Amino acid sequence: MNNDSVANILLTTILPGNFVLAMFLGMCPFLGVSQKLSTAFPMGIATAFVILVSSVSAYFLNMVLVHFHLEFLSVITFITVIACAVQLVEMFVKKTFPELFRQLGIYLPLITTNCAVLGVALFQTARQYNFAQSLAYSIGGGLGFTLALVLMAGVRERMQLSNVPTLVQGAALSVVIGGLLSLSFMGFSGIGGGE
Amino acid sequence: MSAPTSFDEFLDGLWRQNPIFVMVLGMCPTLAVTVSAVNAISMGLATTFVLGTSCLLVSLLRHSIPKQVRIASYIVIIATFVTVVDYAIQAISLDLYEALGAYIKLIVANCILLGRAEAHAAKNPPLPATLNAIGMGLGFTLGLLAIGCVREMLGAGKLFGISLFGAHFQPWVVMVLPPGGFFVLAFWLILFAAFRHINGRRNAQLGEVQS
Repeated sequence: MNNDSVANILLTTILPGNFVLAMFLGMCPFLGVSQKLSTAFPMGIATAFVILVSSVSAYFLNMVLVHFHLEFLSVITFITVIACAVQLVEMFVKKTFPELFRQLGIYLPLITTNCAVLGVALFQTARQYNFAQSLAYSIGGGLGFTLALVLMAGVRERMQLSNVPTLVQGAALSVVIGGLLSLSFMGFSGIGGGE
Repeated sequence: MSAPTSFDEFLDGLWRQNPIFVMVLGMCPTLAVTVSAVNAISMGLATTFVLGTSCLLVSLLRHSIPKQVRIASYIVIIATFVTVVDYAIQAISLDLYEALGAYIKLIVANCILLGRAEAHAAKNPPLPATLNAIGMGLGFTLGLLAIGCVREMLGAGKLFGISLFGAHFQPWVVMVLPPGGFFVLAFWLILFAAFRHINGRRNAQLGEVQS
């Protein structure tokens, strides 16, 4: 059993143990959808919602699997639940915000293969979190993901005005910005009592 | 356009469409497990195995999977092979299993796998599909190894666990920490961009000479 306090977990996953900048989960949308603030923020919220739903379902699913000694099926069941949750979000966004749906494009269904979502389900199982701890972990993870995405989009919007050498443009530039953000997030280490 | 030969399919993934340096896919394991060269190789080979086997199966089943549920079917196929690899690595080396942690299971969520299954294996017969997948996997391994070597050399002063620079070397700790991953990857991306740039200019000059 894991004894970390709920507040501790929440704070750790948002700042020093940020999913994107410290644990490298969910890099694809981080590099792909972070061009504009107007798409980055909704994308972050959508992902945070999927993380929350799949974390809660994974918690109960895991109880069932452990009960029947079927732990080897965990990856398959988790990913199926996540795919369903993503489908739900996709239908909701398509119905309520069709404009946003077009802007997010392929990245919305790709939340299924976002490591952050599966990562939450796997890590909370591996660390034997109880229900409250899992909830804190998934909410913190979602918020941290949104924070990283929004920060990145903010920086990239400013970068469009500056003169960047041709060679560094594109993916390399985003990776460098990610590195700098990651470096600055290391300044938070120690908050929340560490991992 | 002539039909690509099998060898072409293989080379495509390994070099021309290298998943890390050219397509910038599968970034999560790329940055997370490349702290040392050994980790990088094992992660790359595990991914290659899953890629090869799942693309073979997807290609064999390409006529029987209905179009509406194809993504879900691919994911279940991939997840099956990932579970196999997960348990195999646990049985072979517990140290390695602990070093790679949950990232082995996270191969399921690697964009390269679903991308290959959807873009190539679902449309091609088994042999080219498997070759393409294995080429892609080895290209991925190559990329991981390139990043892993640099990070291990600078961050720990070692390569494959062997000390390189003697006792006076002061390790760049930042290289084995998360930001180091970003910086080394950026360095390789810039290098590749420069390479393409020079190549493109030379080709343009050749064209001028010929005309």
